[in-house]
Amino acid sequence: MADDTIPRRRFLLGAGIAGTAVATGLTSTSASEAQAPSGTQTPAASAQTTPAAPAEPEILLALTATEAAFVSAAVDAFIPADQLSPSGTDCGIVTFIDRQLASAWGGGAKMYRSGPFQKGKPEQGYQLPLTPKEYFSAGIAEANDWSRKTYGKEFDRLAPADRTAALKAMEEGKAEFSGLGSKSFFERLLTITMEGFFSDPIYGGNRNRASWTMLGFPGLPATYAGKFEEYRSKRYTAHAQSIADFS
Amino acid sequence: MATRLKEVDAVMVGMGWTGAILARELTKAGLSVVGLERGQDRTPGENFTLPSVRDELRYAARLELMQDNSTDTITFRNASAETALPIRRFGAFLPGEGVGGSGIHWGALHWRFLPSDFRLKSHLTERYGKTAIPEDMTIQDWPISYEELEPHYDHFDKLCGVSGKAGNLKGKIIAGGNPFEGPRSDEYPNKPIMTSAPSLMFSDAARSLGFHPFPSPVAIASAAYSNSEGLTLGGCEYCGFCNRIACEANAKASANTTIMPLLRPDSKFELRTRAFMTRLIYDRPGKKVTGVAYTDLRTGEDYEQPANIVVLSSYVFSNTQALLLAGIGEPYDRASGKGVVGKNYCYQFEAPAEAFFEDKEWNPFMGSAGTSACIDDFNGENFDHSGLGFFGGGYINCGTAAAPPISGRGVPHGTPRWGSDWKRATVKWYHHFTRFNTQGSVYANRENYMDLDPTYKDAFGRPLIRMTYNGTDNDHKMSRFLLTKVEAVIKAMNPTHYEMRPRPKNFTVVPYQSTHNTGGTMMGTDPKSSAVNRYLQAWDAHNLFIMGASVFPQQHGYNPTGTVGALAYWSAKAITEQYIKKPGPLVHA
Repeated sequence: MADDTIPRRRFLLGAGIAGTAVATGLTSTSASEAQAPSGTQTPAASAQTTPAAPAEPEILLALTATEAAFVSAAVDAFIPADQLSPSGTDCGIVTFIDRQLASAWGGGAKMYRSGPFQKGKPEQGYQLPLTPKEYFSAGIAEANDWSRKTYGKEFDRLAPADRTAALKAMEEGKAEFSGLGSKSFFERLLTITMEGFFSDPIYGGNRNRASWTMLGFPGLPATYAGKFEEYRSKRYTAHAQSIADFS
Repeated sequence: MATRLKEVDAVMVGMGWTGAILARELTKAGLSVVGLERGQDRTPGENFTLPSVRDELRYAARLELMQDNSTDTITFRNASAETALPIRRFGAFLPGEGVGGSGIHWGALHWRFLPSDFRLKSHLTERYGKTAIPEDMTIQDWPISYEELEPHYDHFDKLCGVSGKAGNLKGKIIAGGNPFEGPRSDEYPNKPIMTSAPSLMFSDAARSLGFHPFPSPVAIASAAYSNSEGLTLGGCEYCGFCNRIACEANAKASANTTIMPLLRPDSKFELRTRAFMTRLIYDRPGKKVTGVAYTDLRTGEDYEQPANIVVLSSYVFSNTQALLLAGIGEPYDRASGKGVVGKNYCYQFEAPAEAFFEDKEWNPFMGSAGTSACIDDFNGENFDHSGLGFFGGGYINCGTAAAPPISGRGVPHGTPRWGSDWKRATVKWYHHFTRFNTQGSVYANRENYMDLDPTYKDAFGRPLIRMTYNGTDNDHKMSRFLLTKVEAVIKAMNPTHYEMRPRPKNFTVVPYQSTHNTGGTMMGTDPKSSAVNRYLQAWDAHNLFIMGASVFPQQHGYNPTGTVGALAYWSAKAITEQYIKKPGPLVHA
């Protein structure tokens, strides 16, 4: 079957990083055209298609191989490769999520974790005993269980159209998870994906400042006192720079 | 066994805005002062620096500067019939932690309350009749007038280097400012921050409808400024990283930039960070506190710090919790309506809107709170409420203070939330939208209050503070009214598309709304209706002074920090000029 050809361990093998630009037809020319409104092109557009790292295995800190495969499939559905950016995986979002879940935040730092743990109203917010790392681990297992029941295989082995349908079912809360709510899981997965896509590249996502270039967000140093008036009603463009560029 | 330390003249519990102001004023008066701060120390040179402050993930998403909920949090329920559950990580509001407190990460919109706000209950009764105020609306007059507070508003303005344009200078209405404000004794210290293009459009549209737009007043210096303490503040860089983040330009005022550089080397002052106050030591027969107990969070060791004066300069929740745990003042009882501590918890009722303009070209990542513009026509008693069915109001503002990429993107409702279509819409609209906000008042209601939670405890085994709060019919009506006014202005701006965002019926602690929590230890004219007197002195402990928005009888349609700072100076003056000469109650009940 066609979908079986999707290499499950693609992320782990790191094949995506260098390969996808070719696979999706993304070239610096097409990226440049995608910036259309201003017609001004920044050096970042060509940088965007340059491999960031050699194709070597990614080291995972928190995610298991199965979890990484799930996350990779999900972030590529959320952020598909197109004329505006490389895919979520190629932007480093799996790396970002893995590192976030391995961080103090992922381990539940600064989080009130005393019981009793009671199910509250939605207005009362998150009430589970799980840290973000534990939550994603449990949620991915549930999503794969549901996917197996519904489609006969894990989420990352589904054909692209089925992945999209599965994510929509979760988004609408129609995917029946046994414990965690599928809608809550979806929301957290989407949120952390967007954080990875749009945060400073120092955290492993937004590789080559792909999202900032796409958006026209210049990043740092963000000192505009002398530019504010001139650019009040016209677009300011600059090569997007990261914290790393000033460190 | 707690180690008993050497007595000092005064101890501050919390080293945010009010702790720093009081510590500075008391040391200037010759007192020895210890500043206890539960969080870490923060200095501009170490912590407010490029490039690390330009990090939206670390500060805005992961909340680096906020209170550590693993130590303590609050519990929440919408109504007293429900079971309150702990806020496990803050969302709707974000109290800060560490030296500077919430005054590091604030947006710095800087306001005064209206003269009529200070005598709200009397004013409404006089204007609308004796039966006009609904029975469940437990609003009160402030025990202080605008005129009494004005010199202290002015002082705080000059500490912070506030930028803005006066609209009422000593009673004379000045074009370009807010004509509704109370008389100011002086112009703003700095001229307004430059106004953004959408905010200029908003101003034109508002003017065409007969409203009175003006640039938002902010505690962000528009140019380098030497403040009332002789310290130099920088000028705004329009970086777009104000909210939840420190200001590397030292333009956005914080205690760290405006006061602490003078306190740190002062031999009369000692700062102790990671010092968590666990108990006010109350001498009930003597009607005073003898000091505070605290835990060193680095070692777990307990200390008692005796002091002649205790200043409770923590946040609204901790101030109220401290009084309830110590048994100072009568706790509020919802059923009978008696008692004061925990009463009149209020919030800020904000409802936003967004508008999209296909033909405009803006840079939403440039700016600060000060690049926005406002109208104040529908705040407080600036308009006639006859027949409207509600009291209160708020100012309305327009301007994208900042649209950083994680949290600030805007797309029209109905746009897919992921996939290539989402990406196209995100890119299409990023440079073409602006936001509006209504800063609505919250008029106290008997059903909204704080008490001690019966179930959940903090890291020291103390009961958490429990919040019972929901939006009232009055405040929902007020907010919907403000939104009709915003909508009229937006229509006059002729957008491609716009969306109004009324508040849902139930208050929720999940999405961010506002860190303007008020009440719980309110100030008033007698111990039956208030926890502290007009000098912020506790009725039941004459050497305990309580700072911050917990003393507000209700919340008005403005950001609270301007009034919080002015009250701190007002109280400091009473302490240094009256109390230390003759310790005892400054107002006799």
